[in-house]
Formats: sequence, structure tokens, C-alpha cells
Amino acid sequence: MKNRIDACFEKLRAENKKALVTFLTAGDPDMETSEKNIMAMIENGADIVEIGVPFSDPIAEGATIQKASKRSLDNGTNLDKIFGLVRNLRKQTDKPLLLMMYLNTLYKFGVEKFFSLCKECEIDGVIVPDMPFEERDEIRSEADKYGIYSIYLAAPTSHERIKMIASEAKGFLYIVSSLGVTGTRKEISTDFNYLLEPIRGGNYCPCCIGFGISDGAQAKAMASYCDGAIMGSAVVKIVEQYGKDAPKYVGEFIKSVRQGMDQ
Amino acid sequence: MDKIGRFGQFGGQYIPETVMTAVHELEEAYDKYKDDEQFKAELAQLYRDYANRPSMLYYAEKMTEDLGGAKVYIKREDLNHTGAHKINNVLGQILLAKKMGKKRIIAETGAGQHGVATATVCALMGLECEVYMGSTDMERQSLNVYRMNLLGAKVTGVDSGTATLKDAINEAFRDWCSNIDTTFYCIGSVMGPHPYPTMVRDFQKIISEEIKAQMIEKEGRLPDCVVACVGGGSNAMGAFYDFIEDKQVRLIGAEAAGRGVDTPDHAATVTKGSMGIFHGMKSLFLQNEYGQIDPVYSISAGLDYPGIGPEHAYLNEIGRAEYVDVTDEEAVKAFEYLSKTEGIIPAIESAHAVAAAMRVIPQMNKNQIVVINLSGRGDKDVYAIARYRGVKLDEE
Repeated sequence: MKNRIDACFEKLRAENKKALVTFLTAGDPDMETSEKNIMAMIENGADIVEIGVPFSDPIAEGATIQKASKRSLDNGTNLDKIFGLVRNLRKQTDKPLLLMMYLNTLYKFGVEKFFSLCKECEIDGVIVPDMPFEERDEIRSEADKYGIYSIYLAAPTSHERIKMIASEAKGFLYIVSSLGVTGTRKEISTDFNYLLEPIRGGNYCPCCIGFGISDGAQAKAMASYCDGAIMGSAVVKIVEQYGKDAPKYVGEFIKSVRQGMDQ
Repeated sequence: MDKIGRFGQFGGQYIPETVMTAVHELEEAYDKYKDDEQFKAELAQLYRDYANRPSMLYYAEKMTEDLGGAKVYIKREDLNHTGAHKINNVLGQILLAKKMGKKRIIAETGAGQHGVATATVCALMGLECEVYMGSTDMERQSLNVYRMNLLGAKVTGVDSGTATLKDAINEAFRDWCSNIDTTFYCIGSVMGPHPYPTMVRDFQKIISEEIKAQMIEKEGRLPDCVVACVGGGSNAMGAFYDFIEDKQVRLIGAEAAGRGVDTPDHAATVTKGSMGIFHGMKSLFLQNEYGQIDPVYSISAGLDYPGIGPEHAYLNEIGRAEYVDVTDEEAVKAFEYLSKTEGIIPAIESAHAVAAAMRVIPQMNKNQIVVINLSGRGDKDVYAIARYRGVKLDEE
């Protein structure tokens, strides 16, 4: 079976559209609300959803996602419950679903067990922000065995490395927009033309830019350099503000971002 | 080491892509300078003239008589400038940072000893310095916070998580990700991504090299046992390293058992931890079944870290070093014992090593020799010990 991520980008390309990838932390404020939030994002124009697995010590996250992780863990969220959430979502949507997680939460769960469950629950990919390209063997053979994509990341500091990383990337290459941790920023000053120059025109998978994108205009601007934009903290902020009432507001927000991107 | 940056299966470079280039740059710089004659000469001069090295190896005669077993020697790292072994590593790293043209130094600190050492060397070398410290630790080590301020460093409190050492490391890491071009992260222990565990060990191995030379001078032979406390494990790695190939020398690391390893309040990573990948390295960590890092506890702010350096995890796995647990109560008793018996007030961290040594010394015979690595001095801990004993001090 074709990976849903590949199918998604093919379809978008045919429609001449850019991907809107969205993120939230699972179990914040609870699993039922997360399920509704994710469906609200999908119904309002998200193409791919990253489901964040909370970690006690999220070193790549800014304050917004750190707090969300804590709220979620305080509520007793764990990976088994998150697989339950994915099973529920799969009854309602065929969009690509990814897990974004720190390596220890995957490693300790058991790499083989993890990917077999991903296949069973129809997860399409994983993003592991603290696993650089050089350590990819930690999960590669199991991910390949079950047909789950491990999404690689490149950063503004990766100019010399981006070709190497892109050469093995599957699904999409996650381009970290700027130095630092996750969280919305007023402006993103990275020279993407320079950063992406080594992989322009080559036969590589799509690229999406994430970290710090706060609205539709910024998403559109970022996506103009590549194949899509990723929004995380901006969504999590709405969840933080509205709690159980968030699905309505999350849906409205994603709708506005989608409109901004498609304009 | 069978693969770059690996100690058996432990070690590695598990860090976000953003910092990979900087870590590789550090790796290259370290490889270049570690064998550079001028760098080595500059560092040797700083060790001698600024840090007061070599530190003395002191024969603890009263302790030897009192315990009635092996002969006891104490390696006086507490007499280094800034009062602990931490200065050895910091002088090396900051000299390297200067060579690399970095203008700003960041560090994490638990008890404050590494923070003080970093602030000190930054003052000496005219570099901007910011130290991250858990707000819980800032309370229990307020004296060291003030010392860092005096030395011109900015101390930034960290409230996230358990507000202790691991959270300070998380925050220092986030800073590094944001300021990678200008900033050098001076890690305080034999932990983190490669090359840190190797580099920090290399800057600390002078401890075991000196012990060996001093022992041969005084006794004409090697010691039978070397004991050191272990949080991340830098003083222990420094005290063990030159003896690893001398298989007859027993190596003992003392971990913090806090209120006991059967309670949740401890930091005994080797005894209770399991394999994990965190803070840039594959090693042993205290964690739950889902890989969430456990909150840890010890009376010692320098030992309450939920992991251990990867080379220690390896030495444990191959059986070359043993790791034992020492409770708060045992450490406080050893703190008081050494103060009264030898007139040396040890850091509460180092008191864990004293306590572990006091278990083995009486079991050994008079021809045998034990070296305790006294990693730091205890002035900073006097309030905490008084508090532990229920004594109220006006100044607090």
C-alpha cells in the first residue's frame, strides 16, 4: 500500500496546492478534546496531522509546548492511550497521521513493538526531533519493516548536510525555520533559498517548513519556498486558552490559515 | 571505544539537527587542540598557577587508625581554586572556546560548583557567562548563586520540571539551540553528546594521573582501591581513568541513595535505572515504563541527576567499576566524621565517597591502600547539614 503521505503530496501537487501540516500535543487537556481538535483541523483544511507524544523533558520545545506536555502528562497520558486515540481517529479520517516524539519515549516502549503498533493503528510516519541523521539506525530497520516513514529534519545550520539528509528522506523533509526551539516568532529571517539550494531541482521528497509560524500569511510565505508549512505552537496556544472548548476555535483558526495559504 | 563517541553500546550523539554542525565543529576543534603542544602548555600553566595543581594526596593517619583496615589516602581536589574538581574541566573547555573564537559561555549547574568554576574562568578570560540553575537548587545553594554573581555571571533560574540539575541542562540546551553561532556550551560532567563525555574525562583524567604518580612516590606502588562519588560522574571518571588498565585496582563509584533506593527519593541510576536515550547520550536513566524521566532526589544538589555518563554505564556493564548506593544519612555521618577526624569538611557530594570507602576500608588489611577522591570542599553545605540536623543558624 502506498504511504498516505506520498499520496497526499501527489494529490496536492496535482491541485497546485501547498500542504498544511498541523501539530498538537495528545492528551492536552484530555484525549477526547484532542480527538475533536484533530478532527476540527482536518475538517478545516489540515492535510497532515502530527500528534505530539508528551515527554517529561522536551529539549527542543519552547514554553508553549513544554506547558502542554506537562498538562498532558499530569493527566496520565501515555503511548498506549495515544494509540487508542489514533484508532478512534482512523475510524473518521484517511488523512496522514504522524507521531512526533522524543527518542526515549519510543526506545523505552520498544522499537519493534512501537512500529508494529504504528502499522496496526495506521500511523504513517514518526518525527523524532532528538534523533539526528547519523543516529537514524536506532529505528530505521524496524520503521522500514513496517512501512512507517521516519521524517528527517534539516535546520538553518544544515546547509552542508542537507543533501545527505534529503537523499534518504521519505514522506517529506521537515525544515526547521530558524535557530532555537519551537514557538511562534514575529519574523523568520532564514535565507531559505540558500539553505535549500543544494537540493533544488533534484529528485528529493517534498519539503515543509515549521517552527514559529503563527498565521496564514506567514504560512503562505514559508510554503512559497517549498511544499508546505507546519504549525504547532500556534494551535497549542489555542488549546491552552480554551481547554475543552478548543475544538471550535482550533477549527476556525485552521480555516483562516488555510484561506490565507490558498489566497 | 569501538565506534566514534561510543563506549560499548553507550554514548552517541542524540541531539536536534540544529546543533549537529556545532557539535561537529567542537569535535574537530577538540581533536585539533588536544594534541597541540601550545594548547597543552597553556592548560598546564593554568592548572599549576591558577587552579593550584597538583592537588595533594594526603595520608589520613587518624582515619586509618580509627577504621583499623586499609591505609587511607585522600586526594585533595577540594583544595583546588574554587573548591572542587570542576575547575579542571572548565579551564580546558573555556581555553578551547577561546581558541574557537566563541564570545559567550553557557553552563548548567546543580550544586553550583560547576557554575562557580565557569563564572570564575569566564571572569579570568573576559567572556560573557550565563549559568542555568534549577530554582530549587538556587534556594539550597544560595551562597554559590551569590558567588557567581560576584564573579560577573548571570544566573538564570529554571522553574520547569523538578527545577533541579536536569532541568537546568534542558534550558542550557535550549539556549544553545538558539545562539549556536556565538555560544559555547560548557557541560559540567562526563555526559551529553559526543565529544563531551570523552573531552570532559580527558580534562579530568589529570586526577588519576596525579594519584598514580603521587602513590608511587609515597608508597612505591599502586593503590588497591579508588573511591569517588558519581552524579554525572566527572570526578569519578577523572579518578578512575588512568587505573582502568590496572585491573588489580578496584574502582568504586558512590551514587546518591537519598532516602533509600526502595523509596522514590533517590538518584541511584546504576542500581535502579534502565537503558535510555536522553541528554544526547545512550546510557542508564531513572525513568518509567514509558520513558518519562523520573524526578530524583538527594540531599546533595550535585548528585541528583537521573542519568550517568556513558563511560560509567560501560564500566559497570563490563564489570570494571562497581557502583554502590549511599543514603543521605550515611553521607551526613561521613561528612561529620571526616570533619571531626581529619579536620577536613568535605562537600556533601564527596561525603558519599567517604561513606562508601568507610564500608570497605575495615574489610581490608593494613598492607592495602584506599584512595578517596575528595572532589570538593563542604563550606557550601554547612547550612544544609545544620538544617538536616535540626540546628537553626541565624545567618540563614
